[in-house]
Amino acid sequence: MSVDSASQDPELLRRLLRAKDRMDAASHEDWPVRRLARVSRVSEAHFARSFKRAFGVPPHRYLLTRRIERATALLRDTDRPITEIAFDTGWESLGTFGRTFRDVTGESPGAIRARARAEAHEFGRVPACFVSAAHRPDLTIAVSEKRRREAPDINGSRQKESP
Amino acid sequence: MSQCVKEIGLYVRDQDEALTFYVEKLGFRVHTDVRNGDYRWLTVQHPDQPSLQLGLFKPGPPVLDEATAQTLHAIVAKGAMPPLVLGVDDCRAAYERMHAVGVEFTQEPTSRYGNVDASFRDPSGNGWKMIEARR
Repeated sequence: MSVDSASQDPELLRRLLRAKDRMDAASHEDWPVRRLARVSRVSEAHFARSFKRAFGVPPHRYLLTRRIERATALLRDTDRPITEIAFDTGWESLGTFGRTFRDVTGESPGAIRARARAEAHEFGRVPACFVSAAHRPDLTIAVSEKRRREAPDINGSRQKESP
Repeated sequence: MSQCVKEIGLYVRDQDEALTFYVEKLGFRVHTDVRNGDYRWLTVQHPDQPSLQLGLFKPGPPVLDEATAQTLHAIVAKGAMPPLVLGVDDCRAAYERMHAVGVEFTQEPTSRYGNVDASFRDPSGNGWKMIEARR
């Protein structure tokens, strides 16, 4: 843990944790900063900065990792249609879900489902909630940044095609 | 010859608050409560599991320096301590009872593969998963 985070008031951290818990419990819901700040009983301006300092990621990105984690679990463990999973995990369109999912995990929802079925269930003895956490994406950069970094390859190959 | 775990400790922000929580809300009882100046050795045990003591310790002097204690307090408050699991025979009934006395649940009872589980936190931020054994 960084010195920076250790210097935050534990009483504030406990209230920030409450906002994180609320996102965990209902990641399909909308969590604008205003709503989160109210849970933590801090100002909106203070919230986003304090949350990132405490947990290492901005609140909206944390929510994104939980949504992807939950979608991955549903793809793996249920036979429900991908469209249904997309809407149930908080996305407003299948297109946005598919694109974001691929950007974060590197695989399409369909591919993850197929691969999970092929793998043996080695996590059988771990409680289901913790198994899900093991598949949480480690999103250390913003999705937009991830897209940007991967973009030069695409541009490069395009340039080769049309000299 | 056999061996077993006799005592496991948690870090809490306030020992009186933790004592009230674990005894009055979770049904533990005090096993040992001994003080020497700022130092207080406090353990509780559950009547159904007398072989195990749960220690409720406040990090700080004389065992730990202030800076280390501050770091531990922050880690606990961020919910970053390892998960704890409480086994119950009826998760929904336990949830109703605990929820009624103000335990902070982070997940309502949920069925997964024939098991029911819920999650709650103690006042300090320690996270418990409450799991109903498969019947």
